[in-house]
Amino acid sequence: MTADGSSLKPPQAARPVSAGPPASAFEGTGTASRALSERIARRFFQVCAMLAALAAAAVIATLASESALFFMEVSPVRFLTELAWTPLAEEPRFGILPLLAATAQITAGAAVVAFPLGLLTAVYLEYYSDPRAARILTAAVIVLAAVPTVVYGYVALNFVTPALRNVWPSLEAYNGISACLVVGVMILPTVTLLSRSALQAVPPSLTDAGLALGASSARVLLRGILPAASGGIAAALALAVARAAGETMIVTLAAGNQPGLTWSPLEGLRTLTAYIAQASMGDAPSGTMEYRAFFAVASVLFVITYAVHALGRWLAGGRSRRRDAAARARPATAGARR
Amino acid sequence: MSAPGLGSSPETRPPRSPRDGSPAGAPVLALRDLCVRFSGRPALRDISLDVTRGRIVAVIGPSGCGKTTLLQALNRMNELIPGARTTGSVRFDGVELYRPEIDPVEVRRRIGMVFREATLFPGSVFDNVAFGPQAAGFGGDLHALAEEVLAASGLWSDLGGDPDVPAASLSAGQRQRLCIARALAVRPQILLLDEPTAALDPTATARIGSLIHSLMPHLTIVIATNDVRLAARTSNLTAYLDRGELVEYGPTETLCTNPADPRTESYLTGRIP
Repeated sequence: MTADGSSLKPPQAARPVSAGPPASAFEGTGTASRALSERIARRFFQVCAMLAALAAAAVIATLASESALFFMEVSPVRFLTELAWTPLAEEPRFGILPLLAATAQITAGAAVVAFPLGLLTAVYLEYYSDPRAARILTAAVIVLAAVPTVVYGYVALNFVTPALRNVWPSLEAYNGISACLVVGVMILPTVTLLSRSALQAVPPSLTDAGLALGASSARVLLRGILPAASGGIAAALALAVARAAGETMIVTLAAGNQPGLTWSPLEGLRTLTAYIAQASMGDAPSGTMEYRAFFAVASVLFVITYAVHALGRWLAGGRSRRRDAAARARPATAGARR
Repeated sequence: MSAPGLGSSPETRPPRSPRDGSPAGAPVLALRDLCVRFSGRPALRDISLDVTRGRIVAVIGPSGCGKTTLLQALNRMNELIPGARTTGSVRFDGVELYRPEIDPVEVRRRIGMVFREATLFPGSVFDNVAFGPQAAGFGGDLHALAEEVLAASGLWSDLGGDPDVPAASLSAGQRQRLCIARALAVRPQILLLDEPTAALDPTATARIGSLIHSLMPHLTIVIATNDVRLAARTSNLTAYLDRGELVEYGPTETLCTNPADPRTESYLTGRIP
């Protein structure tokens, strides 16, 4: 603080009484203390930035080391082929497939709900609604984004499931379909708002060009604007999928924690995240297989969400630039071709 | 319409009508007291002029004088701008374009437009050319049509005869020629060019200039430009606009060498009035 404080004083205060006039107009007397304070500031920001990297490294290292210990006892083949995940059973079985299948089911179901709704909402907001309606609807979508997931989970369990039971009386109290619907609503803002940004990034001159060629506005939208925004829209969908795959609270409350492989959306199931939530609430002593199994599942979940996230970033950013670069590398002039 | 093929070579093409602006039948475009306002602010005032079929008309004037608004009034693009209001009359082949039952999409198929910024659709050169004809339900041979219009715009040889090249790989001048080609693919009777060379270097500008001059003789062209030399080189008739008013309209040679209005003269000579 003292070093910082001195640098904030005006240069005159730091100037030694005996000092002569500055050698040039640019060589202020505060130069030395300013350089010091800039060094300190830079170091401070650097440490802050390093903390984030350190945290990431610590998470990855923990996941990797505990998972490695797990895979020393359970072969990856067993991990990928056994059809049950019962680490606490007398004869424990460590098959990740039921958990993966459950996560895939919930994610796919949520995508079926959110992709069309979100994309159509984005198109409506950007091209068809009047500004007032757009403001109100956007605010509503943002409200959906602000609802805590535990509230969504509660709604799924206590309102959506009972409502669905009126349609399917055989529906279990914990079931996949209720979780799919509510996770779909949860990722709806991600799909809507990011798709809308992708549409906004398309230059208005593209719309003018299409209309001036005698195309209807619907055709300009379908054949001109949506293809031009496809990279950004795909990125929006990928990020929404990553959120759905990582969602914990809704699936735990709505789909429960039923082990076993099922494809029926009417039954309860157990996703990767639901298992992790359950396992971390128990008190498996460190060093036991249950404890390491938890890390193995966490690693799988991390790899999945990271991959989908990376895919989204790749789709959003580099893809179109890279395609342009590739196109430029390909000669378009007759002289160069022949 | 009995327009000769776009792809005919310059030798076999009938010579362009003499550049004297002499009348040849009824005007293809007739404007009477055309006014355009944007949220009450007048952008064009009482424009009346006729354009004869097959002529090239240049619209010149300082930035903000209403050149783009005038062009966009001719194919009803202005109505896409919120707050725009058009009064007066624009007749195309005798048909009033602003009658409520007229479909602006049909208007734009007959009166095409190319913008200052060459914005291409994603995909290949062919995709860009096919966009308009497909929208119009074109049932013929799209590849033959693409070759024809790309040849007419001088791109066919640039591409080495391969229209499946990504449109993004074209240079700025080639992009603008592609925009002209894809507008021609709809077979418009009038082509509006809004400062097509504003973003181009002199060589590309010269190519566009000779391209405009070589386009099919029955195509009527209205070109808005800040480039007086381009206007003088390509057009039969020139209109000078100033602050939304039509100051002078006549044969390009007369207007450029002996303007009747002092405002036109000071614009042409670069003097500030």
